[in-house]
Amino acid sequence: MSQRDIMEFDVVIVGGGPAGLAAAIRLKQLMPDESVCLIEKGSEIGAHIVSGAVIEPRALDELLPDWRNRDAPLDTPVTREEMYLLTERKAFRIPALPWVMPHLANHGNFVVSLGDVCRWLATQAEAMGVEIYPGFAGADVLIENGRVAGILTGDMGITRDGTKGPNFAPGMELRGKYTLFAEGCRGSLTKRVMAHFNLRQGVDPQTYGLGIKEVWEIPAELHEPGLVLHSFGWPLDDRTYGGAWLYHFGRNLVSYGFVTGLDYANPWLSPYDEMQRTKLHPVYHKYFEGGRRLIYGARALSEGGLQSLPRLTFPGGALIGDAAGFLNTPKIKGTHTAMKSGMLAAEAIAAAHAADAPEPDTFTDRLQVSWLHQELSAARNIRPAFARWGTLRGALYAGIDAAILRGRAPWTLHFHHADHETLRPAASCPPPAYPRPDGTITFDKLSSVFLSNTNHVEDQPTHLRLRDPALWKPLNWDTYRAPEIRYCPAAVYEVADAETAPRLVINAQNCVHCKTCDIKDPPQNIDWYTPEGGGGPNYPGGM
Amino acid sequence: MKILVPIKRVVDYNVKVRVRRDGGGVETAGVKMSMNPFDEIAVEEALRLREKGVASEILTVSIGVPQAADTLRTALAMGADRAILVQSEESPEPLAVAKILKILVDREKPDLVILGKQAIDDDMNATGQMLAGLLDWPQATFASRVEKTADGLAVTREVDGGSETLALALPAIVTADLRLNEPRYAALPNIMKARKKPLETIAATDLGIDLTRRLAILSMAEPPARKAGIKVGSVAELVEKLRNEAKVI
Repeated sequence: MSQRDIMEFDVVIVGGGPAGLAAAIRLKQLMPDESVCLIEKGSEIGAHIVSGAVIEPRALDELLPDWRNRDAPLDTPVTREEMYLLTERKAFRIPALPWVMPHLANHGNFVVSLGDVCRWLATQAEAMGVEIYPGFAGADVLIENGRVAGILTGDMGITRDGTKGPNFAPGMELRGKYTLFAEGCRGSLTKRVMAHFNLRQGVDPQTYGLGIKEVWEIPAELHEPGLVLHSFGWPLDDRTYGGAWLYHFGRNLVSYGFVTGLDYANPWLSPYDEMQRTKLHPVYHKYFEGGRRLIYGARALSEGGLQSLPRLTFPGGALIGDAAGFLNTPKIKGTHTAMKSGMLAAEAIAAAHAADAPEPDTFTDRLQVSWLHQELSAARNIRPAFARWGTLRGALYAGIDAAILRGRAPWTLHFHHADHETLRPAASCPPPAYPRPDGTITFDKLSSVFLSNTNHVEDQPTHLRLRDPALWKPLNWDTYRAPEIRYCPAAVYEVADAETAPRLVINAQNCVHCKTCDIKDPPQNIDWYTPEGGGGPNYPGGM
Repeated sequence: MKILVPIKRVVDYNVKVRVRRDGGGVETAGVKMSMNPFDEIAVEEALRLREKGVASEILTVSIGVPQAADTLRTALAMGADRAILVQSEESPEPLAVAKILKILVDREKPDLVILGKQAIDDDMNATGQMLAGLLDWPQATFASRVEKTADGLAVTREVDGGSETLALALPAIVTADLRLNEPRYAALPNIMKARKKPLETIAATDLGIDLTRRLAILSMAEPPARKAGIKVGSVAELVEKLRNEAKVI
């Protein structure tokens, strides 16, 4: 074994999204002399960020009150918004939106590229002395004497068969008095920390969604900066949660995307094809004509909300942002909540550091009295109502919950199943008839993956591993007909010799790091590990 | 021996480039930029020569926008000793680059200049050769192997149908091909150290070089979209289509 280098910091942050960056900035505001190190597995900050995104500036106002004077890339205020219930050919506009869906009152919010916002936050953080290292993946958690002592970055230059290649460079120990896990939804280290400290005990299972997004450049005459469109209903059936968005922003850009609730039951369902075919609906189609698609990407998100939040702290650190599950699902927003959670955790760390306490446990108390908790509490019954009663009745309940009960219902609805438990056998479900891609508005999966700029150094061990390869044939194939080839938005999974001797082929090169397979695989047999740092998508500005 | 390694900041090789709407060039706004991969190989070769005890100092230089300093930091993190940024508003053409490099060579007196054989953005493959011409130094282009000999260098280069080995006297110019080596990863502690290594900035306009562009881009277009394929029923049909439709046999 080569000797591993060790570097010591006061705080180590894993993940350069809005949560990690906001935490880093807040830490430096509170403790300017303490060292803060942030690593990011993407090749640069923003390279792995996928979000709509309409963001609420509330947390940013608190973090950097003068952000308007700092050249922040929040330059498209929301000007108009519409919500539609779709049927195959018709669209019903929800009237009195601010009243029946107060969560979606977007006045004062901004349409942004969250990747660009993160790049900007990173420059703010670096100017304050935060050390930011993109291109380094967290491969393991250092746990010593019952306390998280930091993380291990991944080895570089390991060849496919696991031996050291010519440019092998060992990973190193990044030790921190405190470690914040800000990996986003279904973080691979977060998963280990949750298991080790049993953080999910007594809370609802997390439920997830898969967001698939495209950025288009459209003709100027069709572009209305600040226009925000949402829809639910068609093409999903009443038992499947999800919907589409279209946001106009920047210079003739639109962000289009589709979220599918990963608690869906039909193993034939393909979130990718749902996303593609929704573009053909008259509500959306008109905006794409004459446009060109620039970027494609996908990412899972946590939808469970308050009931699914794990214990947030443990000796030596805390979980923040969507790694913990702070997304506000009815609001379809997670940036301001992620940032606020990072800021609260930073404040708790400053307090623990001053008292020399191992666990920043005041994070939970600070959360309890914050607007973040209030907001998640008011929203808590809406997503489970959809899970319980389906889309139409769920929407009706949501309207009552929001408009009449004002989120103060004396009851709390719960999630009873994890997403990997909800699939029904393939033989009992009808396969949806997806239209063939037309090559101008709708596209096949591989040409889409191409636009994510994803790349992994070829000669490395696959980062998607089956715990027990023998489970795949009798369960995934025989019962569910390989749902992974349909839910994966990046054509990673493929079945070879389907007619004769079906076997699973894993094209890990294509992976865009969305984490859906880690979530949805029925026997929880697929583990997503971090590949070599710098690998994965390279989402450009505007994503 | 002192080695000078010029490097260029280009659109990252993973990025699928697209032509700007106005057709005047490739979109670079918001696009990830990195060191030209052939230049990375050049840096690596310089580092290996230093590790073999052949070289004592490695100086790296880039010519372009202020952000090219990030690219220089990458070279410093890999192990170069110091860096010079010749700042200009855009990336000059190869002849202007070669002229700027000549001034730096006259000032720094390196024994060897290793460049990437070409930059992946414009694929000009000209700067190394032009610099050799301006300096009147021997050159070995498309190097796949570089060996120090008693009186200079033995450089193996890739030519049509094989390879040839040249003997060069120093000072000399070498341009790196893909097979020369596999560049190392910059380790995290070295990235930290690189932030403290010396990086000098010079304005290109102060060097008295005419940076006026001599080449004009008339148009730039993306390759036409590939047409959908068809399935043929038999070999005979394939041959028939290749002969009569594709007209390739």
